[in-house]
Amino acid sequence: MDTTHSSPPGADGAEPVLQRHFDATIARDQRIEPRDWMPEGYRKTLVRQIAQHAHSEIIGMQPEGEWITRAPSLRRKAILFAKVQDEAGHGLYLYSAAETLGADRADLTERLIEGRQKYSSIFNYPTLSFADVGVIGWFVDGAAICNQVPLCRSSYGPYARAMVRICKEESFHQRQGYELLMTMMRGTPEQREMVQDAVNRWWWPSLMMFGPPDDASPNSARSMAWKIKRHSNDELRQRFVDMTVPQAGKLGVTLPDPELRWNEERGHHDFGTPDWDELMRVIKGDGPCNAQRVERRRTAHEEGAWVREAATAHAVKQAARAEKGAVA
Amino acid sequence: MSDDHVYLTLAEGHEDDTRWAYGTGFEDPLHGVDTTVPDGVDAGGLAALCVTLADDALVAAQRLAEWTTRAPELEEEVALANIGLDLLGQARMLYSRAGQADGTGRGEDAYAYFRDAGDFRNVRLAELPNGDFAFTVVRLLVFSSWRLAHFERLTAHRDPVLAAIAAKGVKELAYHRQYAAEWAVRLGDGTEESHRRMRKAQEQVAPYLGELFTAYDVRDEVVAVLRQVTEAAGLPMPVYRPLPGSGRAGEHTEHLTPLLAELQGVARAHPEAAW
Repeated sequence: MDTTHSSPPGADGAEPVLQRHFDATIARDQRIEPRDWMPEGYRKTLVRQIAQHAHSEIIGMQPEGEWITRAPSLRRKAILFAKVQDEAGHGLYLYSAAETLGADRADLTERLIEGRQKYSSIFNYPTLSFADVGVIGWFVDGAAICNQVPLCRSSYGPYARAMVRICKEESFHQRQGYELLMTMMRGTPEQREMVQDAVNRWWWPSLMMFGPPDDASPNSARSMAWKIKRHSNDELRQRFVDMTVPQAGKLGVTLPDPELRWNEERGHHDFGTPDWDELMRVIKGDGPCNAQRVERRRTAHEEGAWVREAATAHAVKQAARAEKGAVA
Repeated sequence: MSDDHVYLTLAEGHEDDTRWAYGTGFEDPLHGVDTTVPDGVDAGGLAALCVTLADDALVAAQRLAEWTTRAPELEEEVALANIGLDLLGQARMLYSRAGQADGTGRGEDAYAYFRDAGDFRNVRLAELPNGDFAFTVVRLLVFSSWRLAHFERLTAHRDPVLAAIAAKGVKELAYHRQYAAEWAVRLGDGTEESHRRMRKAQEQVAPYLGELFTAYDVRDEVVAVLRQVTEAAGLPMPVYRPLPGSGRAGEHTEHLTPLLAELQGVARAHPEAAW
């Protein structure tokens, strides 16, 4: 990452003034823009978060992308193909947002394939039937929306604006997923079993998408102070559960949590505790598909190297020809 | 929390299910169009033509879908998916038209999922495995130039539905050809390696060119396009090497059966299911 944009602390007499201006901008709920001064920690936190988000979009193409060629109707094939394409588009916007902070897409991609930057742990689980496509839309896109709608008000302008467009498309994907499941639940007994099985496998990993519980999430407080993040992990998780329970009822599936019940006093659903050890294992690289996902990305990137080199070489030659033509 | 309205909207019931598929599909691609086959048009011939054109598009789209998560750059992920989606859309409309014209009323999925390789009429060029990006570019350049020339003629077809499908397709195919031509020039001109790969791809495609120009009189036009692009790319014109057999007669390479097995597997495992 290029860190030359801001001065080292204390090296510049103007820094306290800039810091006060930055703090005031945050306090007034105004946006920080690429050319504004920002503390180094703010820049680093944002690059890390936006890069992880971009990587998640790109790696997230894989579990569902595997089903484009196998989708059981042409309409579902078109919907899924377009959805996975949207994810590539989201990855592109987000890498661009990271580039406004001085990061470089090629460098971030290297970090991903070398395992130095993370992506959402949810994409390390396998997709075993076509019902998984629907459940990923419903749960995973639903959870992503819960996480991302507040980011539309994130203090960093380019990130916030990218999230507005992404959230619209994600909500579309969520409805498409849910509609697929509705159709399958009206179908054969085997289809209903496929849906319930997929719900059973994806429910707990989806709850883990909000990250560790608040008391074990050390970076959260600072991100909230900077208004990069607006709600705590546990608040968002609760919101997702409350949103999903009635949808499950309407669909006719059972969420696999015996402790799940409405709590009148709290005005929220109580629910069981996800297996946080599993989350830590998956984050550290020992999930069911971590190696496979990163390997696919690495292979695509490496096998595409000659294409990118050729495009660059052609552009250089073209520029040289244009110059020669101009001189002559 | 001030984001409540967003979540409430998401949690609402949406009875109008089809709008969730906005832009990516609809139940009846020819909704609202008068689908009566006009007098003087041979309905059987029209249906056969539509199936042939649809098979080309479906098989080509399936190969493009295989690029997903494997493209050399994210911009190419997006572009290849665009092209695949356009071709898939063409296939869907053409199958629907075939089902109306042949009197069976079969839907698009009946054609795509419940016919075997010997029933498919696509050209063999479409079914060849993707190979590297150079092969995909060369194949796409030939395929889109050829299909575009043919679709331009079909815009004047006596069947107004086929003519309308072709008119929509012409705009799409012009972009596909442009995309392939730009990459052909970049790769032909770029590095020694990319040039070598393009030459190899041209040789691999050559045996499947003859089949394209037997049925429709678009050969001169396509050859002119290919000549222009290959010149700009510093590549030789591909040489014809005729190959026996014809995809148009249901004679395919060994690659079509596995392609269809993947495409049709889930649908055939659940023939009673609705998706």
